[in-house]
Amino acid sequence: MTATLDRPVAPDAMAPARYRIGRTRQDTRDTFTIELEPVDGPMLRYRAGQFTMLDAFGVGEVPISISGDPTRPGPLEHTIRDVGAVTHALIAAPRGAVLGVRGPFGTSWDVADGMGGDVVLVAGGIGLAPLRPALLEIVRHRDRYNRVVLLYGARTPEDILFGDELRSWAHDHGIVVEVTVDNGQHAWRGKVGLVTNLVPRAGFDPHSTLALVCGPEVMMRSAAQALVARGVPGDRVRLSLERSMKCGVGLCGHCQLRDLFVCVDGPVLGYDRLAPLLSVREL
Amino acid sequence: MFDESLKSSARPKLAVWKFASCDGCQLSLLNCEEELLTVAGAVSIAYFPEATRGVVEGPYDVSLVEGSVTTPEEIERIAQIREMSRVVVTLGACATSGGIQALRNFADVAEFRSVVYAHPEYLSTLARSTPISAHISVDLELRGCPIDKGQLLEVLGALVEHRRPRIPSYSVCAECKRRGTVCVAVAHGTPCLGPVTQAGCGALCPAYERGCYGCFGPQNTPNTASLSDHLVATGMSPEMAMRVYRTFNAASEPFRRESERQERAVVASGKGNAR
Amino acid sequence: MTDGPRIIGRDQLARLVEVLTARGYAVVAPTVRAGAVVLDEVVGADDLPWGVGDVQDAGTYRLRERDDEAVFGQAAAVRAVKPVLFPADELIWRGHRSGTDFAVTDREGSPQRPVAFLGVRDCDLRALARHDEVLAGRAFADTRYQRRRAGTFLAAVTCAEPGGTCFCTSMGGGPHPENGYDLALTELLDPHRFVVEVGSDTGADVLAELDSEPAGAQDLAAVHDVVAHATESMGRSMDTEGLRDLLYASAESPVWDEVGNRCLTCMNCTMVCPTCFCTTVEDVSALGSADAERRRVWDSCFSEEFAHIHGGSLRTEVRSRYRQWITHKLAAWQDQFGSLGCVGCGRCITWCPVGIDITAEAAKLRAAAPLTVGGAR
Repeated sequence: MTATLDRPVAPDAMAPARYRIGRTRQDTRDTFTIELEPVDGPMLRYRAGQFTMLDAFGVGEVPISISGDPTRPGPLEHTIRDVGAVTHALIAAPRGAVLGVRGPFGTSWDVADGMGGDVVLVAGGIGLAPLRPALLEIVRHRDRYNRVVLLYGARTPEDILFGDELRSWAHDHGIVVEVTVDNGQHAWRGKVGLVTNLVPRAGFDPHSTLALVCGPEVMMRSAAQALVARGVPGDRVRLSLERSMKCGVGLCGHCQLRDLFVCVDGPVLGYDRLAPLLSVREL
Repeated sequence: MFDESLKSSARPKLAVWKFASCDGCQLSLLNCEEELLTVAGAVSIAYFPEATRGVVEGPYDVSLVEGSVTTPEEIERIAQIREMSRVVVTLGACATSGGIQALRNFADVAEFRSVVYAHPEYLSTLARSTPISAHISVDLELRGCPIDKGQLLEVLGALVEHRRPRIPSYSVCAECKRRGTVCVAVAHGTPCLGPVTQAGCGALCPAYERGCYGCFGPQNTPNTASLSDHLVATGMSPEMAMRVYRTFNAASEPFRRESERQERAVVASGKGNAR
Repeated sequence: MTDGPRIIGRDQLARLVEVLTARGYAVVAPTVRAGAVVLDEVVGADDLPWGVGDVQDAGTYRLRERDDEAVFGQAAAVRAVKPVLFPADELIWRGHRSGTDFAVTDREGSPQRPVAFLGVRDCDLRALARHDEVLAGRAFADTRYQRRRAGTFLAAVTCAEPGGTCFCTSMGGGPHPENGYDLALTELLDPHRFVVEVGSDTGADVLAELDSEPAGAQDLAAVHDVVAHATESMGRSMDTEGLRDLLYASAESPVWDEVGNRCLTCMNCTMVCPTCFCTTVEDVSALGSADAERRRVWDSCFSEEFAHIHGGSLRTEVRSRYRQWITHKLAAWQDQFGSLGCVGCGRCITWCPVGIDITAEAAKLRAAAPLTVGGAR
């Protein structure tokens, strides 16, 4: 019976487009940012917070958030931590090598919702990378936002990402940048401790605040709780959720969480929606 | 390990080692007739007494180890192999769980020895047969009695290509259903260890309407107690329910625990010889 | 299609297979394989299970000899539509490496003949409608499914003898195919004949190639009796009142611990479920080859690996995996797709090696519910 399927056959979202590696920059001991240019067609357009599926031919495919500037033309940037065979193949590929890219997929930070008010960004570890496009978007239209606060936690001083940019955001763009580390050595004169502990004393007006949170799930949960405790409405606290993803388009089922497919309904989701889901263990 | 340790090595140097075993797993490599030339092109076979007399001195990029550890001498030898190998892959049930010879672990070896050998005093053997991982760190274990040659080629391919090998840890049932085999347990009442056994064989036995006898050892989260309870409830004797786990992977932790649980049930019932 | 139902004789079943084959279809119909009735390709009516019945219960399935010549006298076949339209293992794309570059060389796979299903049940049709929604009704579609599905012919049958694990009537279905078919047959005995209803123009064209005559009032009354009898013969039932809220409210229920103790995490339930659609991708390359394939393979929420992210699995405990499965089927599916993800075919009950019963587990959750859910109790 064919009558039930009168929709046209949609283009296949599962085959990658080819992108060529330009520069690969080492950010920390285990984290690299790669720049990509399209081989076959136009550069993909994306919004801050979205991700792509990056493919190392014959090795495999992984979801990686885009870390570049969505407001300017330029190479497509991903900041990748070397944690497995695929991520290793991606960062180890030489300049000029060709990778596969699918996407962009998923929801955006929609940082423009914070215009006219304060924006608080809370990042843990590699979680700063998916927030970077939102920060760059703010920097681009800095005058449209009031106070902007970035709270960033890294494991050690050596693990701090985008150091030069952090300084520039603070000095040139009036962003309050507070960095803390889990383990500080003697040379470290900054803060030591959990990034979530910075939330209660950070300077922002909770009622006009949009909060964007990205990091390990346990960190996001306590950061969101701290933000809500300060009076930020739950729907103005946005988290970027990490789940197993094999397709990126809601078909493989791996990222299903209750009524959500995190790859299409997320990864950026409001805490009002997530709070009851994240409070159940192993949901 | 597969991405990092072999980075500098264009054509990995491979060695094949034998411990207490029947050679069947090594033969799986020789059975890759069609693929053997490709294998030889992709890796340099530096030590493989079963196949060639040529010996290339270590260190080796990859050591494939067959067999279990059953003598004091073997404990020293496996430590040396670890020393001179960047990656150690164990082949088959013996190397991975102690093999069929680990049935001795449930009995008195001295008694066996005196019954079987005319001069047991010449024999130096350990009380237990143990897997390679009981003595050294192992990078990857290939299951089966014998191993599946497709899995072996997959691991070699992954080593060469610096990718993660596709070695599933879920149950045989997944492979059965994917290939469309009718479940022998449900449709025929044939006892089958498929639900608690790791995939990788392609669900070979059920495809020939036989129950899985667990030669790939326990899957990632095996619920042996539930399966045994069901087998016993549907007519299997506890003695038989003990024996089904006492084969090639008798000494693997989940199978050992379950067979001992059934053994206690046999003893408690006062029936049967529970050895 | 102004004509009403028509009657074809028993011999016309062979003709139907011939007509469908001549139209270019691979005909997939019930047939006996290794001690079970499965849907598989047949070449003629002789391949059909004449006089074969089945007995199904939790964790057990047996064939039996019927005392009549009925051909569709079985309950749900273990393999039905899913493995054909949504294969367990399928090529997504194939590529070729040259140096540090690569090219996608194939994204179609080998062309396949369109399939005509003969003998699918209402539960299968409703499961198919679920797959149409999930795989082909949203922003991103499984293009291979969509293409294969678009050319499919469906000759459904009335399920005259539901099995011991059937509960389709609880899930909004019933023995008689209601829609989504090209032809619907109801088997009648004494004399052996089939009442045929037409559901599409293609169905009408196919029926026109068979010897048929208009069905009489007696025939239609007999169909009514078959359906009424089957409706009363469901081996199981499920109370769906407030099911979504019940499942959500039961996230921490002790029932999960208890079923977690019995569940084998063997994945059989998800593999035989006609609506389960979870898959993973595998990258396959032969040693020494510059070609690589990405394949889409059936996966299951019962494997630990399924929910793996960097740092470990999100569902290490068996109870969490069983909860994930049943909560998606019975609750979250309603939020996502506006329908139940379970069609009541009973396959997960029959083919669970230890006979875990989704209807019993749902009832236990209801009995243990922390609050009255659904308001109607």
